Formats: sequence, structure tokens, C-alpha cells
Amino acid sequence: MGKDFTSALRPAIVMALLFAALLGIAYPLAMTGIGQALFPAQANGSLIEQDGRVIGSSVVGQAFTSDRYFQTRPSAAGEGYDGLASGGSNLGPASQTLADRVAADVEGRRAEGVSGPIPADLVTASASGLDPDLSPEAARAQVVRVARVRGLPEAQVEALVAAAVERPLLGEPHVNVLALNRALDASGTR
Amino acid sequence: MTIQGWGLILAFVAVLLLIAKPIGLWLFALYEGRRTPLHVVLGPVERGFYRLSGIDPAQEQGWRRYAVHMLLFNLALLLLTYALLRLQGLLPLNPLGHAGIGADGAFNTAISFTTNTNWQWYSGEAAMSNLSQMLALTIQNFLSAATGIALAFALFRGFARRQAPAGGAIGIGNFWADVTRVTLYLLLPVCVVYALFLIASGVPQTLAGSVDLTTLEGARQTLGLGPVASQEAIKMLGTNGGGFFNANSAHPFENPDALTNFVQMLSIFSIGVGLTYTFGKAVDDTRQGWAILAAMMLLFVAGVGVTYWQEAAGNPVLAQLGVAGGNMEGKEVRFGIAASALFSVVTTAASCGAVNAMHDSFTPLGGMIPLLNIQLGEVVIGGVGAGIYGFLLFAILAVFVAGLMVGRTPEYVGKKIEAREVKLAVLAIAVLPLVILGGTALSAVTGAGLAGPLNKGPHGFSEMLYGFASAVGNNGSAFAGLSAGTPWYNGLLGVAMWIGRFFVIVPMLAIAGSLAAKRHTPAGAGSFPTTGGLWVGLLVGIVLVLGGLTFLPSLALGPIADHLAMIRGQLS
Repeated sequence: MGKDFTSALRPAIVMALLFAALLGIAYPLAMTGIGQALFPAQANGSLIEQDGRVIGSSVVGQAFTSDRYFQTRPSAAGEGYDGLASGGSNLGPASQTLADRVAADVEGRRAEGVSGPIPADLVTASASGLDPDLSPEAARAQVVRVARVRGLPEAQVEALVAAAVERPLLGEPHVNVLALNRALDASGTR
Repeated sequence: MTIQGWGLILAFVAVLLLIAKPIGLWLFALYEGRRTPLHVVLGPVERGFYRLSGIDPAQEQGWRRYAVHMLLFNLALLLLTYALLRLQGLLPLNPLGHAGIGADGAFNTAISFTTNTNWQWYSGEAAMSNLSQMLALTIQNFLSAATGIALAFALFRGFARRQAPAGGAIGIGNFWADVTRVTLYLLLPVCVVYALFLIASGVPQTLAGSVDLTTLEGARQTLGLGPVASQEAIKMLGTNGGGFFNANSAHPFENPDALTNFVQMLSIFSIGVGLTYTFGKAVDDTRQGWAILAAMMLLFVAGVGVTYWQEAAGNPVLAQLGVAGGNMEGKEVRFGIAASALFSVVTTAASCGAVNAMHDSFTPLGGMIPLLNIQLGEVVIGGVGAGIYGFLLFAILAVFVAGLMVGRTPEYVGKKIEAREVKLAVLAIAVLPLVILGGTALSAVTGAGLAGPLNKGPHGFSEMLYGFASAVGNNGSAFAGLSAGTPWYNGLLGVAMWIGRFFVIVPMLAIAGSLAAKRHTPAGAGSFPTTGGLWVGLLVGIVLVLGGLTFLPSLALGPIADHLAMIRGQLS
């Protein structure tokens, strides 16, 4: 055993250092260089600029709370959509806190005039707290409110939602809320 | 449940079965030390590493030497990680100015990443500098994975060795050659391509720490950035699972869309399924490998079915409030119910622990399957290397039980299984329940332990149980409501992770050594066939009875009680 131990000392230390240089420094730096050269937009966070300033990322969600916009899901990331504090609520299914929160949100939606069943994603917190999307149903449930506040015909807002629905091959149909709201702003009624 | 949901699950299984053989063959080339096309580029690096560290890669090591070299290498990496985390505040590449990590936290994290657990008490974007993510954590992701595969190779050799090489004792390979080859000719090249795919899909790769922006509504938002893609690739491929960000693969910057999600799930399982084929090749009977894969797949699909069914059925408490559809609390819209349920079962069947949804908010029975997967020892495909060697321990017990039933000397792939192997296998398997249940029980009766859970009632107990299972099983996922960043949990879970990794590995290597020394006896008329349906059924039964029954009482106190409370509307 003692001989096994002494024979292992040098390789253990030298190999740890060599691998650290290769995998911990050379590999991530090389990927950074290649990534920045080939895909600069994505490598820096898929940022969207509007009128010369950064207004968001096309992949990460941001808070929309005003009635004029399609609102994003409840978020447990910090005070909501905190990009430095991602995470979910971690509340269990039989949690009183969860039931109270959802009940309050459901009541809020009812007050806006949403009738019938409430789409689940509209009143539940996402896993990341930075969910960029809504289900098509959750977006449609907000059409009446948005149209009313903006003074637009419902059909026009409905059409914007329909145009924003993405249907990826392996995933769920969804609507990117930032893209939808930008389309809404661009439709001429700020 | 939807047709599309099941379509996704079936597509996933189909792709896995298709890639098992090609990946297994590649791994077999590395197992044999054969030349690959990549040697043209990386061969000089391999030889340089051996020369600088004074290694003769052709020298066979007996199991003790193999174990000691593996342990010292892991210890060196552990100390390096610990030092880097403690000194983080003084080191470069720290754009957000994070301070050094405290002693208990660094202890926990260093063990966590060395043992391929990647349990995270901290929130990545709020605690780790870019240098720590790269140099302390990314290298551990590679090398803990390479160590796992090397150990699987060692056990394969125990089964496969036919006779002692001329003039020497029978060894089980050379640890350094195994680790270096697996890293250079498999993990690193795959990760380069994989990371590029992730960057193209929207995963950041930059040395900047964050970006400030003003949202459409005029609010300020700061998004954490960093060298995410390079770490994400090995995090999945090496079944490590430690996220760059707190939300892990639920964070849009780690897992931006349905395609990256599908590839991430595949990459968790890819080496694990490949190794089943490699095992078959190593023992010169590929049917042995397919039989193991079949048993694993049965357990896997059954698990996915339960979790998907429960999550799609949704939460009756919320349904009563007028909410329609499945359980979306803690899930992302772009993945939905099916891909979240599938991911949760994949990540716990393997010892990955990455999450794309919050397991804590799953329905009680939906979340019980990930927990049970871990308690079974993560042998359903399993972690890279760890899955197959864990499963082979169950196979040893299965032939032993079969031998008792029919009164024959048990043998497996040509090696007689005797008292020594069975004792060592039981020792390795008994570690799991002992530490999981012991740690949970201890936490359930102490103030420091009870301060952890976020949820009250049975669900709070589930949080503690899941935490210890995850640590001992080297999984790393969590019922993340548990506040684990305390000296109690950092210390206890740190020790649990170490025991869960190395107290399984050392007996396993001893078995490898003992098997290697045995003569190979060809299967005769009296041998119990270890291919075919009967054997697959026996394997599944042994895993469920030995692995699962031990934990039934704890599941009754946690998820099952939780389920009953939920359907009766008893909130806590």
C-alpha cells in the first residue's frame, strides 16, 4: 500500500495541474474566442436593441406587469424576473402559500374579465423565474384586456397573437412575450 | 397526456437505442487503448502528459494500485478546487466581484464536484466568479466523468481478463491511461462541437459577467452572463449537472429551446447507453450488454410513464380554483409537461442532477419517481461509468439469488461469483440506504436539520429525504426549497457525497481485482443464462426489491403522505 501511495504522488499532482490548464483555461477560452467570432450575437446573450439601447434578450424573459402589454408569468426570481437570481418558487403542490398565491392571481384575472378555465401557466411561477414565453392560451386570455386598454379591435390583437405562436418540432407551442409586445407597439398604438 | 408528448418520449428512446452501438464501439476502442483518428491531433498531448508526470501507460495496475492512484488524483483535484473557491475574491476573471467562498461552503462544493454530484447549495450567478466556474468547476466536470468511465473500464476488465499476461500479475488496466484517453479522445472533442451548437442556439460564451438593460416597460434588468456554453456541454455529457445559473437547465441561457433540451437529455444518457454495449464487447458477448440495456429501459420507461401521467393530471388543489391543465408550477412553457417530466426522469436515472423544471413543485407521485430513481442507486442507464458499474453490482447479486433458487454455483459472463464478490457487492449497495436514511433521520430530529425545509408537513420531509438521497447517490438535483447553505447541511451532505462515491468505488474495484484473477469458464449446460427475458425480468426484480423496498417506509412518510394530503385538500 505504501509503495502504491508514493508512486501516485507525482502523477496525481502533475496530472491535476496539466488537466487544469487544458480543461479549465485553454478549453473555455478557446470556446469563447471561437464563439465570439462565429456567433457574436448569441455568445453575448442574444440582446435586442431598439432606438440604440438594449431593451432585452430574445431568449430571456422580462417582467411585463402593465395592462397595456401581454403580461408574463408570475416569477420567483428575486422580486420578479431578476436576471441575477434565477429560480422557482419550490412550493409543494399541497402548500397553503401556493394555493393562496394562485387564488389571488385567479381572482385578478377574473376581474379583468377572463371567464372559463384559467390556463395553468398564467398563474404559476416558472422554473427559472425568467420564462420568456406564454402558452398560446395564456396569451389569448389577455387579448380582451390589451385590446380594451389600447383601444384596438380585438380581432387585430388576436391576429398579432396568432402570428406570434411558434410551433417547434420537439417542443410545445408558445409565444415569446417580448416579441409579441414589440409587435403590439409596432402596430401603431403606443 | 398528449400524442405529441408520448411521441417525444418514444423518439427519445428510439434515438438512444440507435446511438448505443456506435458510442459503445468508440468507447471500446478507448477501453482497448486502440488508435483513433483523433490521435493525429491529440496523440502528442497524451504522450506529453504521460512524460511530464512520469507515467508508463502500458503498465498494468492491480486493483489496489488502481484505487490508490484514483483516490490521490481525486484528492489533488479536491484540494485545488477548495483553494480556488476560498481565494476567489483575490483571483482574476471575477467581473461581479464575488467574495471568496466560506470554509463549509467550499468544503461542500469541492467534494460535490469531485464526486460527480454537483449538488449546489449556492446560486451560481450570485456566488461564483468566471474563473471559479472555469477552473474550479469545469475541470471537475470533465475529470469526475472520466474517472467514472475509467472505473467502469476497470470492472469490465475484471470480467473480461482470460489469463495473466506473461510474467506479471493480473491487472485491471492503468488508471492514468484510462482517464487521459477518455478525456482527450471522447469528452473534450465532443464538448467542443457541443458547446458550439449551444452557442449557436443562444447559450452565452463570454468573459463578461453581466449586461444591464432597460425593459420595454422601462424597468432595469441585469442578466448574468459568462462562459456558460463551455461548461454546459460537459455538465450534460459528463452527467455532472451543476448549473452555471441557479435555475440550471431551466434557465433560458443554459437551455434556450426545445431542440437544445432534447440534445441535453440525449447527452445525459449517451455515454451510459454506450457503455452497456462496450461491456458486451469487452466480455465478447454483445447480448450481455443488450440484456442490461433492456432491463434499464424497462425501468426507465415505467418511471417516465408515472411522472408524465401525474404531472399531466395536474394539481387538484389548483383545479378547484379554476385552473386548467397540468402542473405548470416550476415548469417552463417552452418545454411543457412532457419534456419536463422526461427530463426529470432522465436526470435522476442517470446521476446527472441537472433540472429543466423544479422537482420540488412536482406533484407528490410525479416527484417520487426522480427520488426513487436516485434511491435505486441511479442504475437505470446511470451516471457515466457509475451507472454501469452500479448495475453490474446488482447483476452479481441477481446471479447469486438465481443460484440459490436453483442450487447452482452462480457465474456471470464466464466468471464464478463466490462469497467474496457477493459480500463486497452487498457492502457497496448497503452504503446507500444507510447514509440516506441515517442522514435524513438525523436532520428530522435536530433543530439545525429542521431549519432547512421550505415546505411544511410531509413535503418538508421529502425535501430532506431527497437532499440526502441526491448527495449519497451523487446526483445533485434537489427539492430545492431546502435551504442547504448552512454548516449542518454543507458538512453532513459533503460527507454523504464522499461516502456515496468512494465507499461504492473501492469495494467495486476489489471485486474487479478478484474477478480478474479468476479463470474464465465457458458457459455450460448448467449455467444460468444471463441474456433473454427471464434474466432481464430477474434483474429488474432484484433492483426493485433490494434497491426499492428499503426505502418504502421513507416514501410513505414523504411523497405518499403528501399525495394523500393533496387529493384530500389538506394544505400545510
